Amino acid sequence: MQIQLPFSSFTLRNGLQLIVHEDHSVPIAAVNLWYRVGSKDERPGRTGFAHLFEHLMFEGSANVPQGQFDELLEVVGGINNGSTSTDRTNYWETVPSAACELALFLEADRMGSLPDAMTQAKLDAQRDVVKNERRQSYENRPYGLAFETMHAALYPSTHPYHWPIIGWMPDLDAATLSDVNAFFRRYYVPNNASLCVAGDVDAQQIHELAEKYFGPIPPAAPPAPVSAPLPALSASRASSLEDDVHLPRVYIAWHSPAMFETGDAELDVLGAAMSQGKNARLYRSLVYQNEWAQDVQAFQSSALLGSTFNVVVTARPGIELDRLVEAVWSELRAAARDLERIEVQRAVNRFETSLVDSLQTVGGFGGRADRLNHYAFYLNDPDGVQRDLDRYRRIEPDAVMQAAHTTLLDASAITLTVLPRARTSPLLVSA
Amino acid sequence: MRLANGLDLLVVTKSGLPVIDVQLVVRGGAVLDAPAKSGRASLTAELVDEGTDRYSALEISDQVELLGADLELRAGWDACFASCHGLSGRLAEMLDLLGEIVLRPRFPEDEFRRKHQERLHQLAQERDEPRLVAVKTLNRVVFGDDHPFGKPLSGTAATVASLDRSSLLEYYASGFVPSNAHLVIVGDITPDRALNLAEKTFGQWLRAAVPERDWSGVVTRPRATKLVDKPGAAQSEVRVGHVGPSRGTPDYYALQVLNTILGGSFKSRLNMTLRERKGFTYGANSTLALRRNGGLFSAGAAVFTDHTAETIAITVHEIDRIREEPVTTEEIERARQYLALGFMRHFETTSEIAAHLAELALYDLPDSYLQEYPVQIAEVSRAAVSAVAQRHLRPEQLAIVVVGDRARVHEPIEAIGLGPIDVWEAE
Repeated sequence: MQIQLPFSSFTLRNGLQLIVHEDHSVPIAAVNLWYRVGSKDERPGRTGFAHLFEHLMFEGSANVPQGQFDELLEVVGGINNGSTSTDRTNYWETVPSAACELALFLEADRMGSLPDAMTQAKLDAQRDVVKNERRQSYENRPYGLAFETMHAALYPSTHPYHWPIIGWMPDLDAATLSDVNAFFRRYYVPNNASLCVAGDVDAQQIHELAEKYFGPIPPAAPPAPVSAPLPALSASRASSLEDDVHLPRVYIAWHSPAMFETGDAELDVLGAAMSQGKNARLYRSLVYQNEWAQDVQAFQSSALLGSTFNVVVTARPGIELDRLVEAVWSELRAAARDLERIEVQRAVNRFETSLVDSLQTVGGFGGRADRLNHYAFYLNDPDGVQRDLDRYRRIEPDAVMQAAHTTLLDASAITLTVLPRARTSPLLVSA
Repeated sequence: MRLANGLDLLVVTKSGLPVIDVQLVVRGGAVLDAPAKSGRASLTAELVDEGTDRYSALEISDQVELLGADLELRAGWDACFASCHGLSGRLAEMLDLLGEIVLRPRFPEDEFRRKHQERLHQLAQERDEPRLVAVKTLNRVVFGDDHPFGKPLSGTAATVASLDRSSLLEYYASGFVPSNAHLVIVGDITPDRALNLAEKTFGQWLRAAVPERDWSGVVTRPRATKLVDKPGAAQSEVRVGHVGPSRGTPDYYALQVLNTILGGSFKSRLNMTLRERKGFTYGANSTLALRRNGGLFSAGAAVFTDHTAETIAITVHEIDRIREEPVTTEEIERARQYLALGFMRHFETTSEIAAHLAELALYDLPDSYLQEYPVQIAEVSRAAVSAVAQRHLRPEQLAIVVVGDRARVHEPIEAIGLGPIDVWEAE
């Protein structure tokens, strides 16, 4: 299958990259802006900052009073959001195409003038919101602290992936107004960003509007790219956590090849062969046949400086986690020995459908605009969709088995068990 | 279009990308479950792809994966849904498989036993999730133990334990009939070809009589506060709510505008106060879940434990205030635009279009609904919003539910004076 995602690209004099994709089938426009800054750019003691900053970006700029960013967009029927990962921060607006200029103005105004309108009160209010986000999404959620515990164990304390994107609670408290402004001036500059506009728009007109709104914003010294040596675990390690949960769960993780490197797609396929569908190896054995586990997932989690391959198994009551861990290793060894072509085919077919699916939307997370920026960021070329599909299509079972050997079987792993808290059973009424 | 056996067929051609959605909507759903048997419809739906006359559960799963398709089987309150989404080049195989599982499921005894156990463990796990505990408790308080809506769609440990294979067969036999179903096909296909394939797959489906159950007589209750203890919780899950109107209410459009202003968008009163001004939460909202026979109005947020009582007071106050004072011109303007202009965003994907068609079919809406929606929304006046607020919001009947650290929240909640507090256990 050939997938077309035509675009034109320009670079403004201040270094801002502009990508435009035209599709006039629905009268909406997607504005999508990636800044090349994520939690990897933070330093110990100020973790969570890139994400906290993402919140502050919605609190007004020189020509957009506080509260007006969302107001102006809702009035035209638009929606907007942003997200922060270890590697980058993105912002998007999806609007009726007639309001595309408004979205560009809003993005440009905050890129050009956020510090002019920043105040201690705004910082304090959003700090509270983010602390509540941390409570809601991690602390008060079953198994919610498992991944940050795993990351802290997988990466040494100096590695940019050591800390969680949401940040540690004391670090959120420590962020100051001068941190905010310094962070902005360093990373939120046109030459550290990529703007993609997709949908019912005219490329030439978007180019002109981008010049008009973003053109006057001065560039700055480009931030030095973060580099980190590929971490290697000298030995396998295990640790344990207690949580308010009924069922014990075990997490196993390995370091694996970075996004788009050789082995990345192969391990994605391995994950599907292990846990996608009832007949996937781990699912069939642990959940379907033996009923030792309530659920199982195996997946490659891809990122810029290095990825992880993860297996997560939730035990049925009375089943020892050791037995599950042993079964995981034994199924991985078997897969590395005799993975069949049909197992690869199923995974690749599913990837193909999900890729085509994501192209149905122009905006939002994972839509066409976001995808063009994704390839621009990770491949240094927006024209990546066909290449992405082809790297899956080319996968032979041998390559998956090879990746399983090199990355998993011949390497060390981190194992974390999450056990029901000993003191009280949760959600029971005290007299 | 309608097949000879009564099956209603809805087709939308959407070319461009080679994707397709097939959705079979079987009217009925969890509302047909007696409260003591809740979870029956959802377990039935989940069992139809666990073995048929031709294929075992593993064979079905393998086919779905090889097709690169998503197969979803689930029960809603008003219908069961069997949907398949994938690349349009594989439509014939997708339909073939969908027909096989919907028309000829065997409900094998061993698969039933396995899924039954899985559901019981899942329900136990859901007690670990404060958000789910809060939502389930709210429905239980609002609708009581004698109404299907008082139970979770997936059932409780007790109701699911009481289900056996024959209760599922009974549901399947009475609910899964063609005259009770709508087949929605959206994507890269012509109506002629869709009709042809539908006849081939579903033409042999036999007709049968359809049960109807009227649950509209809901008992309303006075205000009540229930507290579920979660010692040491980092936050409290706060939910308030009461019985709401049915999907067919003539006040539908005004209610949408009202809810958008109260808690349906980022700029809504609840979110602006509790998140942006107070910083109590990552987000606060209100929702209207409108079904064929009644619905639920609810509002809530997950808030830092120390702000639990104040959150309840503010939420109840905002519900009071939107009844007492007219909304501002800016608010109504923004809400109408947000809803009307935002509507077109919801027709981008085949799945979104299929969901709209399913809604038309399920709630007997006219075909013109999709064109009418923005027009009707634009016509909602400030007076209409006030009128529906007074008619449908009933602060004196609010059920108030908190899942949180009782030791730290009980006294402060008592102090705001909204009545006595019962301490409940999660079901």
